[in-house]
Amino acid sequence: MNFKLKIWRQKNNKSKGRFENYTIENVSSDTSFLEMLDILNDQLICTGQEPVAFDHDCREGICGMCSLYINGRAHGPDDEVTTCQLHMRKFKDGDTITIEPWRSGAFPVVKDLVVNRYAFDQILQSGGFISVNTGGVPDGNAIPVGKEDADESMDAAACIGCGACVATCKNGSAMLFVSARVSSLAKLPQGKIEAKRRAKAMVAKMDELGFGGCTNTQACEAECPKAISISHIARLNREFLCAKLQD
Amino acid sequence: MSNIFSSSIGKKLIMSLSGLFLVTFLLLHVSINLTALFSREAYEAACAFMDTNIFIQIMVPVLALGFVIHILFSIIITLKNRNARPVKYAVGNNTEASSWAAKNMFVLGLIVIGFLGLHLTHFWAKMQLQHFLGHHGENAYELLTRLFGQWYYCAIYVVWIIALYFHISHGFWSAFQTLGLNNSKWIPRLQLIAKLYAIVVALGFISIPVYFWFGLGQ
Amino acid sequence: MSDNKLQSQIPDGPLAEKWTRHKANIKVVSPANKRKLEIIVIGTGLGGASAAASLGELGYNVKIFCISDSPRRAHSIAAQGGINAAKNYQNDNDSVYRLFYDTIKGGDYRSREANVYRLAEVSRNIIDQCVAQGVPFARDYGGMLDNRSFGGAQVSRTFYARGQTGQQLLLGAYAALNRQIAKGSVKSYTRHEMLDLVLIDGKAKGIIARNLETGEIERHGAHAVVIASGGYGNVFFLSTNAMNSNGSAAIQCYKHGALFANPCFAQIHPTCIPVHGDQQSKLTLMSESLRNDGRIWVPKNIEDVEKLRKKQIKPSQIPEEERDYYLERRYPAFGNLVPRDVASRAAKERCDAGFGVNETGLAVFLDFSTAIQRLGKKVISERYGNLFQMYEKITDVDPYKEPMTIYPAIHYTMGGIWVDYNLMTTIPGLYSIGEANFSDHGGNRLGASALMQGLADGYFVLPYTIGNYLAGEIQTPKTDTNHEAFDKTEKEVKEKINKIFNIKGKQPVDALHKKLGRIMWEYVGMARNEKGLKKALESIKELRKEFWSDVLVPGENTEFNQELEKAVRLADFIEIGELMALDALNRKESCGGHFREEMQTEDGETKRDDKNFSYVAAWEYKGEGETPQLHKEPLVYETVHLSTRNYKD
Repeated sequence: MNFKLKIWRQKNNKSKGRFENYTIENVSSDTSFLEMLDILNDQLICTGQEPVAFDHDCREGICGMCSLYINGRAHGPDDEVTTCQLHMRKFKDGDTITIEPWRSGAFPVVKDLVVNRYAFDQILQSGGFISVNTGGVPDGNAIPVGKEDADESMDAAACIGCGACVATCKNGSAMLFVSARVSSLAKLPQGKIEAKRRAKAMVAKMDELGFGGCTNTQACEAECPKAISISHIARLNREFLCAKLQD
Repeated sequence: MSNIFSSSIGKKLIMSLSGLFLVTFLLLHVSINLTALFSREAYEAACAFMDTNIFIQIMVPVLALGFVIHILFSIIITLKNRNARPVKYAVGNNTEASSWAAKNMFVLGLIVIGFLGLHLTHFWAKMQLQHFLGHHGENAYELLTRLFGQWYYCAIYVVWIIALYFHISHGFWSAFQTLGLNNSKWIPRLQLIAKLYAIVVALGFISIPVYFWFGLGQ
Repeated sequence: MSDNKLQSQIPDGPLAEKWTRHKANIKVVSPANKRKLEIIVIGTGLGGASAAASLGELGYNVKIFCISDSPRRAHSIAAQGGINAAKNYQNDNDSVYRLFYDTIKGGDYRSREANVYRLAEVSRNIIDQCVAQGVPFARDYGGMLDNRSFGGAQVSRTFYARGQTGQQLLLGAYAALNRQIAKGSVKSYTRHEMLDLVLIDGKAKGIIARNLETGEIERHGAHAVVIASGGYGNVFFLSTNAMNSNGSAAIQCYKHGALFANPCFAQIHPTCIPVHGDQQSKLTLMSESLRNDGRIWVPKNIEDVEKLRKKQIKPSQIPEEERDYYLERRYPAFGNLVPRDVASRAAKERCDAGFGVNETGLAVFLDFSTAIQRLGKKVISERYGNLFQMYEKITDVDPYKEPMTIYPAIHYTMGGIWVDYNLMTTIPGLYSIGEANFSDHGGNRLGASALMQGLADGYFVLPYTIGNYLAGEIQTPKTDTNHEAFDKTEKEVKEKINKIFNIKGKQPVDALHKKLGRIMWEYVGMARNEKGLKKALESIKELRKEFWSDVLVPGENTEFNQELEKAVRLADFIEIGELMALDALNRKESCGGHFREEMQTEDGETKRDDKNFSYVAAWEYKGEGETPQLHKEPLVYETVHLSTRNYKD
């Protein structure tokens, strides 16, 4: 398969970026999208040009490192995948593929397609945990957890922190990310204890970092590689409002 | 309660509560309108009720406030949301899942307010306002017949109501979502209810100009 | 035979009491003194994150370094199947001893009894800890924790969170870490890579790190350094490791005098998606848990194989009686749940015999049709839905309808930096935990034990044992990063980077890395022999020359430069590759993941040589171009009786 690539190039955070056009030929349809970029980079290096910087690591859809906005969709034209799981068979021969970095004020571009998602760490540092120290905890079976609750907690906990929700949201909102953590912990008896404090702290941090608000467009849910439901956003709203109303 | 409204969710709480208040008003409004389809007398009686009932009189400024708050906060929220993405994408957004209405609520809102201004000068200024000022308002039924006898007014109103339909079809369930009164089972149900509600309201409103345009009024 | 360099510090007393006694005897540091002490932790996987969080909670000043934009990206996140713990919740007669025994046996009697027993002992605390942190383990309807079985065990002791157990455990440790970062007891350095270790008076006192975003070279001092940087499986280029996983931190320690133990013990995982072409960058693992319900087979008849390769028939069309469920045939007692090394070799044996089922001849089937018939599609989908989906995304084949094709791939390295019972390396003040050390898995790691070890080391072992060393450092002031040792090491690092940059050869880093991978897979892979290993050593020497004369690194070194990162890591992979081959050549026995063709039974099973090789091979760096020196730590078995691993009956 042959493709025309239109890729965002930006030297560093301070410089202005621009699109560059490339062509790539004879790519197998079984090649993954990132492998296609590997091939492109190989060509660029061998012809004395700078390779395209892009984040990637596990290449099996779980580390949340890869973060490309491809033809107007976070993680490209497939559902429930990360960029590394996207394969070239999802494109048509001869397609022009536009590749951009995640765009969000809270995710500064490092280089080309690489962005920093420190903001997510900061949100979680503000309260995305249960305050227990190592040791001195009860037996794992001491507090029963209903299967439905455990399952729903796990649904939310599947978040890989890739940032596709922010990248795809027209408001650049991080509500799906925040709600996934809040919801996952709120569903467990262990997490309920500081649920109110957690919801308030994480929302405050999210606002402070400049993420937009949620207008319930459901785009995040559609592009989330783990299909995390916006029902968790409803739970976050509930937790937050209840907590605030009691203040 | 401290600084709840400075948070993004707090602001949306205001949007959702004011929105729910406004859609409730719309239901009342459309019911009054629909009396015109039954008979001139019924409609005039309903109008008289609206002009004189004390509760309605109290609610009119509250309603106005509801509109103002809803509009004001939508502007605040939209501006903040736009700032969250200083550099835009070259290739827009091709996510198919989100409804067109959801992505364009602000624009739909602008259309709704724009026509609302027109609507208020057409009707309210000549009817209820006159009563409040102690004057004698124009006969409402004749006003309807006269205005909707002109095709372009009919067209304008139909377009307006269609925009309103889209605005409500998203806004109604979205309000519940923001209030946290939602879960994975109720998301599709509330979305369906929102759609039905929007259809009922929109059809109700559209039926009036259409009715008079076809000359069915007395 | 005992070696002065290798003091394992294994406490006296009966096996079951060693850890308790040891804890009672080692020194502790008072809270006031902890506040004065600094610890550097390299890596934020299960080991690093849990250690850093626990040390932070204790009051130490911790600095963590990770190469990604967030600590949560560490490759522990990709572990799918589960974590073992001797809880005996299933009432199937599990116990600390049984887990200990299974682990020792699974490791083919090449791990330390005392370490493994301690691991089994603290395994129970790990589950409790994780539950308290909010890890959403699978539960049954009564609200109790659920278990599944894993290879090498006859009890159900594996706790899991769907197919994302590693992710959930890491998020638990990462959350604990975040809590400490917020408190200020842990300082996080993301997108930072340790490039060298700094020793002052023979003690580990700091590191030289490169800020990957700006290219700046930084100095960081501490009272102790903990290496938790994971394994070196990427020496094979294609592996189930993440693309950025590397062994560089470990190799720097090795070059400063830390001994490197059992480098040849690398685990080949039997259930990975087969290689599809030259452009492939990465092998994807299909969880071992699939072997609970999946049955592995190849056709009995070579004609069927031919037809499969030509795509004339679909695998589901081959009738039951024409299928060779070779694991069930060879190992009736354990069947499809034999340990990983056994399953991998059995797959290789069938493929070498010509029964490989895809175009490359390097694949076998993992079939769920029996399980789907027995349990229904819904149950299977609940258990493995995400894995099935992942498989279909990658291969375009629906595993509910046709069997998966799988083939072994490099997955985990049991070898690593030599550590004593306290997890301290041969350099005072330098510790190594998790996959980066060598200690607990011997010649082969059992499934669901890596997560167990990482968290055991980080939560429950290192926080105790590091105090024993630091108690002697309470008078030592903060490390001065202007010390000449920092000057010298930083200078060396800069020179190395400049050297790599200035080669400006013709070959991109990946091209050279692929060459290394091919040498390793061919000669130091699933089956090894003397001739091949000698060939590998020669080829690696050639490759080293090639690298240092022909590598091409574009861009600049004072900016974000992924090619430079890869080049620096590859230079170290070449060292590791050589060490692996050397160790494999030395170990003239077959044992766990290390299979020497010269040493096998008639039916192709491993043949250990306990008389001559019941030791840990620890290698000491002797300078560039010099052959490393071998030190032997004898493995003394006081409790377990050494026997031939038998998974047949």
